[in-house]
Amino acid sequence: MSLVNFTTREITCKIVYYGPGRSGKTSNLHYVYGRVPDSRRGRMVSLATQTDRTLFFDFLPIDLGQISGFSTRFQLYTVPGQVYYNATRRLVLQGADGVVFVGDSQARQLDENVESLQNLQSNLLEHGVDIRTIPLVLQYNKQDLPRELILSPADLDDALNFRSLPSFSADALHGKGVFETLKGISELVLKKLAAGTAA
Amino acid sequence: MTSALNSKYSFDTFVVGAANRLAVTAGRTVAENPGSAYNPLFIYSGSGLGKTHLLMAVGHAAKKVAPALNIEYLTLDEYVEAFHAAIAAGQGDAFRRRFQNVDVLLVDDVQFLTNRKEMQSELLRLTEALQVGGHQIVLTSDRPPPEIADLDERLISRLSGGLVVDIGAPDYETRVAILRRKADERGAKFEPGVLETVAGAESGNVRELMGALNRLVAFQAVNDRSINAETAKQLLGIGAEAASAPGGGGKGTAREGAAPGPRAGDEFGDFLADVTVTVGKAVEAWRARVGEAVLRWEGEGYRTRRLEALLERDTPAAVDAVIAAFTQDVERLKELEAEVAELDPQAAGQSVFRDPERLREAEEVAAKVRDGAAPPPAPSAAFPLAAYAVGPSNEVAVSAARAVLKQPGKKYNPLVLVGKSGLGKTHLLNAIGLELARGKRAVVACLSTQAFVDELIAAIDGDRVDWWRARYRRATALLLDDIHLIAGKERTQEELFNLFNLLQDKERQLVFTAPAQPHTLPGLEERIASRLAGGLVAELKEPDREVKRAVLERMLSQHGASPDPALADYLADRPADSVRGLVGELQRVVGAAAAQDGPLTAGLAREVLEGQAPRDSRRSAGFRTSGIVVSSLGGIKSREKMVWDWSDVADRVIEEFR
Repeated sequence: MSLVNFTTREITCKIVYYGPGRSGKTSNLHYVYGRVPDSRRGRMVSLATQTDRTLFFDFLPIDLGQISGFSTRFQLYTVPGQVYYNATRRLVLQGADGVVFVGDSQARQLDENVESLQNLQSNLLEHGVDIRTIPLVLQYNKQDLPRELILSPADLDDALNFRSLPSFSADALHGKGVFETLKGISELVLKKLAAGTAA
Repeated sequence: MTSALNSKYSFDTFVVGAANRLAVTAGRTVAENPGSAYNPLFIYSGSGLGKTHLLMAVGHAAKKVAPALNIEYLTLDEYVEAFHAAIAAGQGDAFRRRFQNVDVLLVDDVQFLTNRKEMQSELLRLTEALQVGGHQIVLTSDRPPPEIADLDERLISRLSGGLVVDIGAPDYETRVAILRRKADERGAKFEPGVLETVAGAESGNVRELMGALNRLVAFQAVNDRSINAETAKQLLGIGAEAASAPGGGGKGTAREGAAPGPRAGDEFGDFLADVTVTVGKAVEAWRARVGEAVLRWEGEGYRTRRLEALLERDTPAAVDAVIAAFTQDVERLKELEAEVAELDPQAAGQSVFRDPERLREAEEVAAKVRDGAAPPPAPSAAFPLAAYAVGPSNEVAVSAARAVLKQPGKKYNPLVLVGKSGLGKTHLLNAIGLELARGKRAVVACLSTQAFVDELIAAIDGDRVDWWRARYRRATALLLDDIHLIAGKERTQEELFNLFNLLQDKERQLVFTAPAQPHTLPGLEERIASRLAGGLVAELKEPDREVKRAVLERMLSQHGASPDPALADYLADRPADSVRGLVGELQRVVGAAAAQDGPLTAGLAREVLEGQAPRDSRRSAGFRTSGIVVSSLGGIKSREKMVWDWSDVADRVIEEFR
């Protein structure tokens, strides 16, 4: 998938929200959806089970309009977090320009986070992508929960962020940190685009 | 009472873009030719777009071109004040005189003429007076003359009579260029993207742009940390502005349609602004670079088609390489132009030297000019001064030649060597040329007048008279042999006349040879003849014994023969009207000696030259027929051409009369 199409003058960024089940990936998208003006967003596609768990994936296209003469679109995806949907995750991950890893800040979910991160690495590798080269940011969600239940961003950094990636603490339900995360990943993605252009 | 020109405001610091190019060009033209190009020059633009800067730049540039010029810059208010003060002091006339003597008058903010009737008529009068006197007047205003309220019709037509140009708001690329230059001037460094963010804020006003830059500089200085694009935006309130701006202004290229609808939440707006900046940096950075290069080179007067084509393309392949190559080409053009300008000033003005796409053509033109400017014919090395025999008969000419060599172009200019054929004029001419050519950077043109004429004809034929002229005009010395051959050649005389004056003005040496005094030469225009006679006319006389001996000795030693003093004496004593005749005689003797395989002696010479040569020598010499000795070179007076002994002449005469 080409990120920048100079012929049609389009920039399309595919950003995938990845993470363990119930970490708040869909919440992120919902919040973004709520903030984007009607004219600029497409229909948010959500294939959810009756208990509101993401069954397949969520998809939110955002049209950012003309930027520097390029019609710019962001496509935000989430993957189903449950372990047994790995095939779907791998499929959604295909052609991703950037990945947001949404971690669950709850202390008891730490292992899930680590496992999901490892899963991300192996799935990317299936597509021939090195996790060290793809734009990736971490979001430590649910920081609004009581202190005793969660790990601090510093602790989570210690546990998950051994590559010193940009990390954001967030409360996706209420929107705190959602756009910061999106900005963070956009910047990385677009910077990589710049590097690709200059080469 | 008038403001001094602010030295910061020069053309060098003025960033030229599409919106102000015309105004800048007009300003430059006016500065270079005050009073003659556009008079008055009226510049108008919105506030903060560089009127005052341009006005002062004109002042500076004019001062640079002609330091003696009297240049005044003042705002209209200052003018009014000065006028009122002068009137109050009863010095109205002095005031008028003072301004009428200004060579370049720069008046800022003329729009304040509104409602000042007396000032309008004063300015009208002044403008007329300045125009009549050939003095330049440049005015600025925030609107064109007809739109200045309550302005006298006559003044409107007067002010509109010269050139009225406007300065538009700078486009995005120019804004970036301006910001970069100003940041450089302030010695401020910004993270990449910061200045682009400021430029992207769609401020059409350079002054506001400067204000924004100043705030960033101040913020950076106070906080002692460099700010990034985002901080800059927050600091300048650009993000919010962009988010709330409805549907993009359509002014700036970079942000067209980028702004979201007014209902957008802050967060999305911020996000969008952020992405815009990032994309701008990523995708359009090369555009900014190309744009800057285009502005720069266009400002210097070069065609930038290649770079513009780059902007039209979508895939920016190796942009920097193209810019670098372009720059290199332009530098090469500059070199070529400079080189050509030295050789042929007219050729340097060609447009090929301004178009990097035609670099090859430019190279060809330069090569042609270089060929054309190949040094004019040089003196012949066969005539060194050391080999020139000196005696009383040519003393004057030789000492004149030495004086010329000591002070070329200063003492005897022109030097005309006069004498009959074969006296060594050509030798002396070439000898002078050779000596002159030893000088540093000397370009000595030394040729026969016939060759000179032929070259001109060929040049006319090939439509290359300009380079032909240039070729001789760069000569540091011009030496023409047999100038009388120019007789009747009007065009050559015309060209020579001009060349003569030009070279003489530049104190370059001129040397000519002629068979007789210039005034006696037929077919020579009076203006040429008088110019020739105006220098030193040095006469070469028939060779005296000393000269002849010297020549003979040199010739004999060249033949490898040990000079027989008796032979030299014999030959030197023989009457000879020219050195050439003498050499002819010697050659015949040498030829005879070679045929006989005998030594060169006075006796042999006498035999050969006085007609008593041994019979067998006749065949080999090849100079004679049927017993009558005919020199190939000598004149009729030569003894050897006479038949001295008529055998049984009496019988023949009787025979005739029978």
